Amino acid sequence: MEQKTKINAEDGKQELVITREFELPVDLLFKAYAEPELVEQWMGTKVLKLESKKHGSYHFESSDHKGNKYGFHGVIHEFIPNQKIIKTFEMENTPFGVQLEVYQFEPITEDTSKLTMHVVYESVAQRDQVLKMPFAQGINMAHNRLQEIVSKLTDQLTHQ
Amino acid sequence: MNLRRDVFQAIADPTRRAILLLLATQAMTAGAIASNFDTARPTVSKHLQILTECELLKQEQNGREIYYHINAKKMKEVDEFIEPFRKMWDERFNKLESIMKNYKPKK
Repeated sequence: MEQKTKINAEDGKQELVITREFELPVDLLFKAYAEPELVEQWMGTKVLKLESKKHGSYHFESSDHKGNKYGFHGVIHEFIPNQKIIKTFEMENTPFGVQLEVYQFEPITEDTSKLTMHVVYESVAQRDQVLKMPFAQGINMAHNRLQEIVSKLTDQLTHQ
Repeated sequence: MNLRRDVFQAIADPTRRAILLLLATQAMTAGAIASNFDTARPTVSKHLQILTECELLKQEQNGREIYYHINAKKMKEVDEFIEPFRKMWDERFNKLESIMKNYKPKK
């Protein structure tokens, strides 16, 4: 089966392109990015501020299951309904720096649409760090599971 | 875990990437590989050793010569390191899609 979401990250470049086709008309897809209540729903984040307009800005806040809060914010440079959004994105209190995001919304048919998200990072190293984060988290999780199993085994052995 | 991290260290070096590229089409001996680079032969040998240690290259004895060739399975694993990143976005977009499919405008 063909993958719906595609990532194009060329070696040694400080940018990447994410593309995705949706079974949604382009105006509904765009709405998901423009309306605070909808952003909150699909991104699972609290929207403290979202001014969907040129020269607007936004401020979101997510929290994990432990109650730790993570803020992220940026400014909106371009906002053309059903066509284009250009904004910056910065995660607060992280070393990842600022990234520039260009969103292109296109209709494919009346009921389907395509999103192209072009993200430019401050450096190649920063892009690679962001790219590898979910991979590293996966490895950490596997590692933690392994430790859990090992400690359970040792517990069993010592209690025998 | 360490082994996997080493693979990324291995491909972070431009000479080692060039070696992998060179071997993409054919198996070669250390001498033949070295003749493609200006670097001293022991340096190339060191690169080959690193690539072999993290299993990106395999050695094959052919008569008196040792040929190096690419371990496709390991290369694929490296290629897949962005897969968790892709999956994260895919899941996010799936959620967007299902929420918007049920969206009813308030009027």
